[in-house]
Amino acid sequence: MPLPLVKGGQSEQDKGVTKPVLSLDQVTIRFAGDSGDGMQLTGDRFTMDTASLGNDLSTLPNYPAEIRAPQGTILGVSSFQLHFADHHVQTPGDAPDVLVAMNPAALKANIKDLARGATIIVDKDEFTTRNLSKVGYETNPLEDGSLESYKVHGVALTSLTVAALASLALSRKDAERSKNMFALGLLTWMYHRPTESTENFLKTKFAKKPEILEANLLAYRTGWNYGETTEDFSVSYEIAKAKMPAGKYKNISGNSAMAYGLIAAAERSGLKLFLGSYPITPASDILHELSKHKKFGVITFQAEDEIAAIGSALGASYGGALGITTTSGPGVALKSEMIGLAVMLELPLIIIDVQRGGPSTGLPTKTEQADLLQAMFGRNGESPVAVIAPSHASDCFAIALEAARIATTYRVPVFILSDGYIANGSEPWKIPSVDSLPDLHVDFAQSQEDFLPYLRDPKTLARPWAIPGTKGIEHRIGGLEKADKTGEISYEPANHDFMVRTRAAKVAGIDVPDLEVEDPSGEATVLVLGWGSTYGPISAAMESLRANGENVAQAHLRYLNPFPKNLGEVLKKYPKVIVPEMNLGQLALLLRAQFLKDVISFNQVRGLPFTTAELMEATMKVIHV
Amino acid sequence: MSDVALTKKDFTSDQEVRWCPGCGDYSILSTMQAFLPELGIARENIVFISGIGCSSRFPYYLETFGMHSIHGRAPTIASGLAISRPDLTVFVITGDGDALSIGGNHLIHSLRRNVELKILLFNNRIYGLTKGQYSPTSEQGKITKSTPLGSLDTPFNPVSLAIGAEATFVARTVDSDRKHLTEVLRAAAAHKGSALIEIFQNCPIFNDGAFDIVKDGDTKGAALLQMVHGQAIKSETHGLVHDGASLKVVELSTVSESDLVIHDAHNEDPSYAFALSRLSASELDHVPVGIFRDISRPGYGELVNNQVAEIISKQGAGDLTALLNGGDTWEVE
Repeated sequence: MPLPLVKGGQSEQDKGVTKPVLSLDQVTIRFAGDSGDGMQLTGDRFTMDTASLGNDLSTLPNYPAEIRAPQGTILGVSSFQLHFADHHVQTPGDAPDVLVAMNPAALKANIKDLARGATIIVDKDEFTTRNLSKVGYETNPLEDGSLESYKVHGVALTSLTVAALASLALSRKDAERSKNMFALGLLTWMYHRPTESTENFLKTKFAKKPEILEANLLAYRTGWNYGETTEDFSVSYEIAKAKMPAGKYKNISGNSAMAYGLIAAAERSGLKLFLGSYPITPASDILHELSKHKKFGVITFQAEDEIAAIGSALGASYGGALGITTTSGPGVALKSEMIGLAVMLELPLIIIDVQRGGPSTGLPTKTEQADLLQAMFGRNGESPVAVIAPSHASDCFAIALEAARIATTYRVPVFILSDGYIANGSEPWKIPSVDSLPDLHVDFAQSQEDFLPYLRDPKTLARPWAIPGTKGIEHRIGGLEKADKTGEISYEPANHDFMVRTRAAKVAGIDVPDLEVEDPSGEATVLVLGWGSTYGPISAAMESLRANGENVAQAHLRYLNPFPKNLGEVLKKYPKVIVPEMNLGQLALLLRAQFLKDVISFNQVRGLPFTTAELMEATMKVIHV
Repeated sequence: MSDVALTKKDFTSDQEVRWCPGCGDYSILSTMQAFLPELGIARENIVFISGIGCSSRFPYYLETFGMHSIHGRAPTIASGLAISRPDLTVFVITGDGDALSIGGNHLIHSLRRNVELKILLFNNRIYGLTKGQYSPTSEQGKITKSTPLGSLDTPFNPVSLAIGAEATFVARTVDSDRKHLTEVLRAAAAHKGSALIEIFQNCPIFNDGAFDIVKDGDTKGAALLQMVHGQAIKSETHGLVHDGASLKVVELSTVSESDLVIHDAHNEDPSYAFALSRLSASELDHVPVGIFRDISRPGYGELVNNQVAEIISKQGAGDLTALLNGGDTWEVE
């Protein structure tokens, strides 16, 4: 069916915009609405269009755990923040420059994060007495002067959308559902984003629902035209391309990058990828993504529970596959015993913990870094495992390959500690060439006489990966303590002591790169040391501090167990070491224990990443005591 | 396949067997060691995976691949192995506590998926390794260390449970009857998908004599209702007749041979096998033994691997470069 071109539609858009255009170097926009308003999709589309324009960017989706929380309430507000710029972007931005609020609840929930002078675009149709009172507004903030210090655009988003779709045979309710596309169209006009990719996206998404497609396209174009033709919006903005290394890019979230990294690890190792997983927020998207790629020989097994998920992965690993399980903190708690078995069996296993707020069910959709000690110690007995953490969304690709290297080389369980922030957040990723990826070739034990399943490689201390189907090396393993070399059951005191120390030595001896310190002046006395997803916010804060003339050093740990060999020296070199963490000081505890260094913790557990401003302030306090 | 036919000795490992004297496990082990050569499968392609409990020591004593895992979780490890390695023959060794208490969830889900696992459930109706607490199959009122006034729980009937969990093969046999156990193992090995075999197993230390009624020469003839596909279900003294929608045990002298139920193990309707399973509960006066149910359904591993093969045959094998470079991309000069 041919789509009607509305007046001022695509063909006229191509001729360019006629209003004045201002250049900006960066913008932070937050889309906020009811959890059913499609804010995540709107944000995603704006992100994709922004990425394809060549800006650098970082995103922060933030949504409630409830799928459809009560309509119009603060509880049900879902938001998507995007920071994009003509230069390198490290964070999703502290304070939004623009807030799109689809109802009074979205305004109320987000207004406190805005700087004075910020732009607010609201759907004024939603500012009814009933909706206002639902969130405790006694008077209408659009009329009572309380928003005087902001640039407020009250747009009749709902009624304009409904009017634009009047010619279609849609119920009012269905027509209203397209209002997010109106908002997207308007913002697309405001920031000179290309429209093609979103139109193509809609055409694919609604290929089988022509009337819904038409409604969305019409609303999208009407929103664009609204910006272009009404006097409410007098200027539009452009943000030049960011200078990024040459190459091919795509925008990628941490969970997608993780899934790609795992597929790449399977390809580079020649192993079959086996994912055993039980759905859990915010890790499920890795399962979803991997399940789309069965033509790589990928097996995804949605197990009956977290224990079966890791059990099946360990069983597959025993059979010579790259066994992986994905989960979040509560799932790790259930998997503990099986991780202990993997430690005892000395088989490769990758455990991906996309951390969320805890304890217990905690904050399923919010981010936190409070599973570090659980990963390190959350098992019975001396049960060492490798622990690594990606620093930003696209780093999840590389970390997955690194986990596979460690797991298969040392026959050891490897924890990857991602978190909700980088799992759902996205950024541009320079696509690597497959040839540049590490060679992860693996050797299994071959048929032989007098096979010893626990005879170790003297360099790595790894035992052979001896898989069923190999003639002559039939043997039995299990969770009972093993005798050195033979792997037979042993209750000998000296043997147990030896084996416990050997398993610890094996993990301690994992080859990891030295920690790099960024200290441009070479005169810093304060080091800010982070791990995991705090990399972006810390880097942004350090950049700003240095721009302000402060001397400060930064280092970021990707390897939590074992630590880089030079970590002790680095800690000694700096009199003051600040450790920002989204927990109550778990890395700090490890550093103090291992290095007797009195590090300074800076902690927050608000379910949100640090802001640049918070980190700057905390660092300044230490620099200028 | 080996070049030379294997023998029982080839399947016997060098490990000293450490069960209590008189334990029913010895007889099951010996029967298994004697049966395995018959499969014609090379030792390296057979894997025994067990959980925790007395019975779970089983894999140590077989010269195949084996894993003595953790309590209740053997079906999960075995599932991952069987799905990813369809070339292997995977047995699960478990007990009534391991399979029905701590591991109940995994047992039912493995059965409903029909993963290619042969599950041997050694049912001794007691916790042996922890020295004598009641188990989920102990009869109500059982006096044990943890229930000095008698247990209060209603027990599980493992066969009923398995049938309710959509199992495609369910059988029951007795540890000391090598011939019958071998027949059941043979049928289970030939079955595609999950097979659950409940084996009445005597624990001479903590629950001695629990199954005497089906083992003693004086009583077993009457107690054991033999189920053989295509034949009347009967013991030496009793037979099975239809009773409305249900089944009833009657004395053979009161009915004619033609009134007896002819066993149909391939009956798709699970209510038939379920009705058979209900004939015996805790009391063992009439116990059906043999194969309750043996129906054909694709194995789960087969389905998983077919799905992969199918997409590859339609779209070709995955290309990593194409995957990474797919979707919305842009060039930076």
